[in-house]
Amino acid sequence: MNVVGYLVNAISLGALYALIAVSVGLVFGVLRQINLAQGEVITFGAYSLWLMRSLPTWLAIVLCFAVCIAGSLLLQVAVFRPLRGASALTTLVATFGVSYGLEALWLIIFGPSGNTVSMLTNLNNTVVGGAVALRWVTLVEIGVAAVLLGGLLLLLFRTSLGMRMRAVAEDLRAARLVGVRIGQVVTWAFVLSGASAAVVAVLATVQTPLVTPTFGLNLIIFALVGVVLGGLDHLGRATAGGFIIGFVNSLLGSILPEQELVFVTSLTFLFVVVVLVVRPAGLLAPRSADVERV
Amino acid sequence: MTRSALRLAAELLGPLALVGLVALVASHLSTSDQTDAINVLVIATIVIGLYVFIGNSGVISFGQISFAAVGAFAAGIYTTPLTTRQTTMPHLFGILARPELTNVESILLAAGIGALFALLVGLALMRLSGLAAGIATFAVLEITYDILANWDKIGPGPTTLASVPVTTGVGQATVGCAVAVVIAFVYQRSRSSRLLRASRADALAARGIGVSIVRHRLGAFVLSGAICGFAGALYVHALGSINVTEVYLTLTFLSLAMLVVGGSQSLWGATLGGVVLGILSSFLTNAVNGTTVFGFSFTLPNGLNTIIFAALFVGALMLFPRGLARNREFLEKWLGERPPRPGAVLGPPGGVGAVASAAAGHAGAPATAAKSHATAAAEPKP
Repeated sequence: MNVVGYLVNAISLGALYALIAVSVGLVFGVLRQINLAQGEVITFGAYSLWLMRSLPTWLAIVLCFAVCIAGSLLLQVAVFRPLRGASALTTLVATFGVSYGLEALWLIIFGPSGNTVSMLTNLNNTVVGGAVALRWVTLVEIGVAAVLLGGLLLLLFRTSLGMRMRAVAEDLRAARLVGVRIGQVVTWAFVLSGASAAVVAVLATVQTPLVTPTFGLNLIIFALVGVVLGGLDHLGRATAGGFIIGFVNSLLGSILPEQELVFVTSLTFLFVVVVLVVRPAGLLAPRSADVERV
Repeated sequence: MTRSALRLAAELLGPLALVGLVALVASHLSTSDQTDAINVLVIATIVIGLYVFIGNSGVISFGQISFAAVGAFAAGIYTTPLTTRQTTMPHLFGILARPELTNVESILLAAGIGALFALLVGLALMRLSGLAAGIATFAVLEITYDILANWDKIGPGPTTLASVPVTTGVGQATVGCAVAVVIAFVYQRSRSSRLLRASRADALAARGIGVSIVRHRLGAFVLSGAICGFAGALYVHALGSINVTEVYLTLTFLSLAMLVVGGSQSLWGATLGGVVLGILSSFLTNAVNGTTVFGFSFTLPNGLNTIIFAALFVGALMLFPRGLARNREFLEKWLGERPPRPGAVLGPPGGVGAVASAAAGHAGAPATAAKSHATAAAEPKP
């Protein structure tokens, strides 16, 4: 049971990070810019679940989606649109600034000690007890991620919107020349990105119910590392990269002896460095894509 | 004086004058306000350190603060009195348990350790560009933090390293920052830096004319590591204590924000960003405890200072996406060479021509040449 338990837990954490990777990867795909502030959309969603704790669960979740999508669109209008054409570094620093300011705002409104979201708590019951407990939320995470990622694939490869998004990701200028309305595609990317942030907010608060001001930022930074690890230029690889980073981190946490457990982060990041040195374009990218090697 | 000599003088004296101005104002301040001025100078030194690598190479790095961290802890540990070291950090390796260094010795040591660490990291990572470089250097920051925070054989671990002698005053901070400015200036006039700037404008074309990008990047990275380690030593000697969380994510992003707000591709921009945002940050932090401006006294609620600071720097980025200095050196707008007229670019536009002009010309040229090429390809100007 132990080995299977470790693996299932690792897969579930990987699934969560894969969903966050989708949230970052969608916007990067169309704009070629990193959105660090996406973490605050997740935090915002998580706090909104806490604020709506007296509402029926289904309503709270629906409203959480509305809040996250609205937050994501607000970022697009207030941050990305004015910075159109700016360098990647400028946008990265600007979205960090938004994230930094919002964190201070959460601190003022909600306090430093965190708020506990007690929603869907029965998902934390164990399916199988024993040395490595398997919780329902773990299975739900895997299931939800599988369904949503499948849905995303259908959207990208079987719909007109998906085709337009892929066209913009491939070459924005050429897509515009053949008549794709860029503004519309960008807006849809932010809507989908906000929706996946909402899914993450719900799942992450079930798994770790304590919402603190850095709740989303911690998730997004780690997922971002995974995204680059997998290969940023391709949504599928980016998502797989998110999965890998969660999987590796969880697995290392399980197999390391207790006194070495503090060095899990170091080992995970060492893995990242090694992968990037060997395969700069990402672990899963074809060899010909390693153009960043100079 | 010729125009180019004037430009050269302005390029060095502009940033130096700004540092001198901070020192001059600081010398008229009360002791407690002087601490803020010292912090401004130290953070400006860190930003100049970032500029030496990021500005010249155009490669994003989140790892430079780890060199500052290592420098700060090395300087802090080696100047802590031996007896205190035995009681507060009993598990230290023998090589760290003694000797006890003086202030200047420890600062030089910190610069050396920063450079050495940067060399080790750079040898592995300098082939990377773009986001891969960003994430790999970010990983270095995380690893450095994790090890410094958890390994009690090399430092105080998660506890604060206190009782470091407070030996950096306004004088030393000023000299330190000025030295960083001079080093960055001398470096950016060097052949190596110009070749690196050429690779920033167009990596493929630079390689085409025989530039060894990795070697020049590594040089800038190591120099940047030395300046950051040096700044870390000033940091610990100015405050007298350090905790590993102070030299981690927040400082990384804030120093990067200062660089970008000032203008990441010129020394003037880096110095300006560090000084202006450093002063703004100190002012807003002080305003939480109550402050007086033009006889009007007010107190900010705690936390609002951070929100205002963030709003101001994001606003600045929107108004000046290329930074306050607009990627130009001090007075370069008036003293600089006239940019070539569109259509009169040397050689194929943006290709070897731009690289050649970058290798031969001054800081502003490659950016303008490359940019005009990029826009010209998309939308021909009337």
